[in-house]
Amino acid sequence: MKKTLISIVLILVIVGSAFAQGYKVGDLAENFKLKSTKGEFVSLFEYDKATKGAIVIFTCNHCPYAKAYEDRIIDLDQKFREKGYPVIAINPNDPALAPEDSFEKMIERSNEKGFPFPYLLDETQEVYKMYGATRTPHVYLLNRVDNQFNVSYIGTIDDNYKDPSLVTKKYLENAVNALLKGKLPDPNFTKAIGCSIKD
Amino acid sequence: MIKKIKILLFLIIVNSTILFSQEFPVYSFKEFEPLLHKNDDKVYVINFWATWCRPCVKEIPTFNQLYETYKNNNVEIILVSLDFGKNLQSRILDFKNTHNIKATIIILDDPDSNSWIDKVNKDWSGAIPTTIIYNKKAVKFFEQSFDYKELENELKNFL
Repeated sequence: MKKTLISIVLILVIVGSAFAQGYKVGDLAENFKLKSTKGEFVSLFEYDKATKGAIVIFTCNHCPYAKAYEDRIIDLDQKFREKGYPVIAINPNDPALAPEDSFEKMIERSNEKGFPFPYLLDETQEVYKMYGATRTPHVYLLNRVDNQFNVSYIGTIDDNYKDPSLVTKKYLENAVNALLKGKLPDPNFTKAIGCSIKD
Repeated sequence: MIKKIKILLFLIIVNSTILFSQEFPVYSFKEFEPLLHKNDDKVYVINFWATWCRPCVKEIPTFNQLYETYKNNNVEIILVSLDFGKNLQSRILDFKNTHNIKATIIILDDPDSNSWIDKVNKDWSGAIPTTIIYNKKAVKFFEQSFDYKELENELKNFL
């Protein structure tokens, strides 16, 4: 009996840690429904612009890397929204630990910059955990096949956070373009330095 | 006379700015990489941080205390700043003074981080703070914050 219990606990631990890893390329993304700075709720599965997929970006107000990429995220939305891959930005931080990332400050920033994409708050911090995001910004490119959203690329936007004019590899843009041509992104996984998610 | 004093003052300020601006070495990853593979008898504690990273700033006193306690025990602490932007040197100098940091500070400035994160450690997602403790025999990697007791216990495994 004791042995069985131990095995069950072990299995639970193993399964739990597998889930804690979050999504890998090839996984199907689950739905989320989160409050946007415009006051409405946005749900991935019901987002009408996500006809071919979505560019889900965990980002925030306070992180210098996130700030450095703000304009590039706006450009990406403008470039790919009409092609069926709109940006959906999600702030995963606990405002108690990162006061600049409060919902009020998100509304302020969104208005200042005129974000054309939904900027959502992951209030219960469940969505970033489901995805396995660890930092801001952290990108998950989803490809829609029928009504399923396939995780097709995970990682960073490009290879130079400091200076957009010095970028030589546009990882995310290349990945979306590959999907638009019916191909698989290569690389489909990249890393970047970022701010840890405040939880 | 007043003009001369003004010029003199100006020169002193300019000179000291130049002196200070050379205080922290700025490395590309290629230049930095040998610091992760030293083969001497020291234990290295390498912490990746930035002045704007709140959990990093919070654990600075931990590294200060570790420095004071182990500075004569063949332990070398290197604080690797990932800061970027304007007035980098003076901002880090201010930070060093404010937080009374005595450990070595260097700046890692290599924006193509995807090309080098795995070379630091394949388990690193890229989030900071992150700390590596190593000697010539072993390496341990921590993508997390530390309090003093936890960090000291990890260090003791290497002493």
